[in-house]
Amino acid sequence: MTRNDVHGNVQEIFRDIFDKEDLVINDSTTSNDIQGWDSLNHIGIISAAEKEFKIKFALGELSTLNNVGSMLDLIIEKLKTE
Amino acid sequence: MNMNLKYPLDVDYILRKKKSIKRDLLNKNDLKEKNIAILGGSTTAEVKNILELFLLDSGIKPNFYESEYNKYYEDALFGNEVLDNFNPELIYIHTSNKNIIEFPEFNDDEDKISSLLDIEIDRYKSIWTSLSKYNCPIIQNNFEYPVNRSLGNLDSYDTRGKTFFLNQLNKRFSQEAKLNNQLYISDINYLSSYIGLKNWFDKSLWYQAKYALSMSSIPELAFNISKIINSILGISKKCLVVDLDNTCWGGVIGDDGLNSISIGLDNAIAESYTSFQKYLKELKNRGVILAVCSKNDLNNAKEGFMHPDSVLKFEDFAAFKSNWDPKHLNILDIASEINIGVDSLVFIDDNPVERDLVSSQIAGVIVPNIGDDVIDFIEHIDRNGYFEPTSLLVDDIERNKYYEDNKKRTKEQSVFKSYADFLASLKMNAEIKTFSSVYIDRITQLTNKTNQFNLTTKRYTFAEIENIAISANYIKIYGKLTDKYGDNGLISLIIGSIKANKCHIDLWIMSCRVLKRDMEFAMLDELVRHCKEKGLIEIIGYYYESKKNNMVCDLYEKFGFTLNDLNGKDTIWSLDISNYKNKNNLIEVN
Repeated sequence: MTRNDVHGNVQEIFRDIFDKEDLVINDSTTSNDIQGWDSLNHIGIISAAEKEFKIKFALGELSTLNNVGSMLDLIIEKLKTE
Repeated sequence: MNMNLKYPLDVDYILRKKKSIKRDLLNKNDLKEKNIAILGGSTTAEVKNILELFLLDSGIKPNFYESEYNKYYEDALFGNEVLDNFNPELIYIHTSNKNIIEFPEFNDDEDKISSLLDIEIDRYKSIWTSLSKYNCPIIQNNFEYPVNRSLGNLDSYDTRGKTFFLNQLNKRFSQEAKLNNQLYISDINYLSSYIGLKNWFDKSLWYQAKYALSMSSIPELAFNISKIINSILGISKKCLVVDLDNTCWGGVIGDDGLNSISIGLDNAIAESYTSFQKYLKELKNRGVILAVCSKNDLNNAKEGFMHPDSVLKFEDFAAFKSNWDPKHLNILDIASEINIGVDSLVFIDDNPVERDLVSSQIAGVIVPNIGDDVIDFIEHIDRNGYFEPTSLLVDDIERNKYYEDNKKRTKEQSVFKSYADFLASLKMNAEIKTFSSVYIDRITQLTNKTNQFNLTTKRYTFAEIENIAISANYIKIYGKLTDKYGDNGLISLIIGSIKANKCHIDLWIMSCRVLKRDMEFAMLDELVRHCKEKGLIEIIGYYYESKKNNMVCDLYEKFGFTLNDLNGKDTIWSLDISNYKNKNNLIEVN
């Protein structure tokens, strides 16, 4: 899976969670850029990503996810080790 | 009906698409608003969001009050202006074993442990007592087992075990629910076992966000709560319609013959059809109406139930349609024969073509995609909670007997010269009296379940009926009817509020099983008598149109009331009772 593929799938998750079909995200997108990206929706994104990519985030890893880029990096790293 | 919100739930889809699902559901017509307070002992945000979907799917538009994190006890006990102003019509207490104040220690003696139990149960009792000021149903989670047990198996049978302790608490909850009419248990002990404790609880989510259950369990919990709410509000289903060949038995009776169909205990297939029949019989015995809709010659179909191993018998079915007409027409017939709305029916058929036909031709009838393997059939009925009861009243259990008796009544009708002759032969006796405390349960149930013979479709809670029963500002009478075939039970109600010297009919309902028996005339006679006793001179009747009550749109007209006002289909009527003459002469009253 390329970084592009992962980006596409994560973008779909964001579109579903925020119910905005044309939502576009990039590496520097943070919770400040998307209305409604609160702690509840953050959990929704994380657990949807876990299901989508069949991975599991460790407790300590979640606090490092400050923007979309770091989220993609972590997912790609996990996909490699699977 | 949104199939994503039915068994088997695709929980990942629901969680991810909740906003678009909600958007779709909000387009539904006739959504009824309900104020629902969620008092949580852990995080409830997502529970609320997903519960909203299931309720919208049932036609309920919830307004939510959500307590601050873990403030369920404070909100219940010490009051809260926001909650008071919210005026809850239903309260859900979302607690779990994470809310246990103190589990037993290994060095605690029996006395200490029993006092710990009392402390817990007293805390919940004080919550329920305090919340009773809202006069509304309370749904309370019981307790799930702990995921980890340092005592291992001993945890379940040593009095100091957590599992043992939680079992005792659950037992006490059941006892309390038996005594408290407003208290309903959400059995998360069962639900978590069904899903599997290791799937139910997500440690990571607990530490991160203080959810006492996993994300993927939230839709299951919300579904469970919605089933209880449906049942409380009387929108559970009433009648199960089944196909025969390859549904009630294996094989095709018309082709294979009685001796070759699969039923009994001879092999795995036969045994699984037998257990499906046993499940249907259990439903029937607790008050669900059964009906047959099959493409077969009637005699072949009847013969199937004469099989010595058949659990169900022909007499178990309140309606039996076995012919070559299209199934949707037969199902409409069944609904009118039993006198219930099509949206009270669930249709079970192994054939996807028949399922499609019925679900596409009749809006409202529930047609689960049960597949074609008998082993899955029960699950689709059971897990969807179509027939979820909140209590087992004698009336529910005996309801099926009324329909059987009715079959006999219908048969006899044909040998009488006139319908009046037939009615006279029934030797009907009615008891029509003022509400008394023993009937409050049944009265409340009837106000919430009756849709067709219902002039105003006003719903009442147990507490409201209790208040009306003791208030002097109302005329409130119930009617019970017996005939030579048996007791029909409590089947009609009138509630009228007294204002000046007039009686305004807030509610007039009658169960459809006694339609066309002149019971409404007997009720009117008694109503007039009560009004006169109180010195009233006029009765004001209201008809408010609903989807289902067209049958009584001209009731007041038939009674000889005068039309005072109309607004669309809604009408207001009046009757001067000074020269009223009794209308009933077939039913012996009191």
